[in-house]
Amino acid sequence: MTDTIQVGSYTLKSRLLVGTGKYRDLDETGRAIEASGADVVTMAVRRTNLGQNPNEPNLLDVISPDRYTLLPNTAGCHTADDAVRTCRLARELLDGHNLVKLEVISKSRTLYPDVVETLTAARTLVADGFEVMVYTSDDPLIALELEAIGCVAVMPLGAPIGSGLGLQNPYNIREILDNLKVPVIVDAGVGTASDATVAMELGCEGVLMNTAIAEAKDPIKMAHAMRLAIESGRLAYEAGRMPRKRYADASSPETGLIE
Amino acid sequence: MQISVNGEAESIEPQTLESYLTTKSLLGRRIAVERNGDIVPKSQFSEVILEDGDVLEIVHAIGGG
Repeated sequence: MTDTIQVGSYTLKSRLLVGTGKYRDLDETGRAIEASGADVVTMAVRRTNLGQNPNEPNLLDVISPDRYTLLPNTAGCHTADDAVRTCRLARELLDGHNLVKLEVISKSRTLYPDVVETLTAARTLVADGFEVMVYTSDDPLIALELEAIGCVAVMPLGAPIGSGLGLQNPYNIREILDNLKVPVIVDAGVGTASDATVAMELGCEGVLMNTAIAEAKDPIKMAHAMRLAIESGRLAYEAGRMPRKRYADASSPETGLIE
Repeated sequence: MQISVNGEAESIEPQTLESYLTTKSLLGRRIAVERNGDIVPKSQFSEVILEDGDVLEIVHAIGGG
């Protein structure tokens, strides 16, 4: 497909965005990302292990910033301040690359986005020149506010992170889509290929996922399945589905029958 | 003098950030450094002289969603 999406100043070739967490090793990570066809790949920023095996392979050796659009996240940050610091470190780490995935997660078992801290961090980051793709709840009002702040993409959850439950509130996602001009990308909650297709059929610009691929029995095959699911859902959305009817409607002509 | 690096206290001789990173085999690797809450650009590693009480965060990229 030649279809692309525009996120801020970035033109993306794939509507599937993938994470790099939870894989067995870096080799499997690299092969799954390759099979997914994604060009936006998320990563986390963590303290370097001091004085231990300096030759340990680095994620950036496998996921080259020359080939992929890296999307550093703020996972693990529970306050706006920590999220902003993490983004600034990521920008330095990636030589000035300013695209970030802002997520400020609550400490509860839901891992639900803390939208109060998220709004604060988003304002600071946008003012500091970052292009912010923001993870948020499926609240249509918060989504609008994040767009107004200047985020380049709004990414409501489909279901809690890592749950694999699929889109739990397609009506809210639809409402967000109806109101926003920036790309809406479902982030989190996808479990299998059909979940990704449902999000795309609603009209989402893309889907970001990690666990659905990494925790599949065969991550490489699931990455391929997700690639097709995203393309399929997008094509169906563009094609425009037939209306639902309450009763049957014969596919073959009901005239000219033999008697 | 005492500094804190990634949450661990450490005693070091006065030196530049570049020399400290060299002793840890980190110079030239894909890392980013924050000193007392501010980013230290790579281009300034050789100019920054570490001071007693400095708090450093040294980070790298790892897998994440």
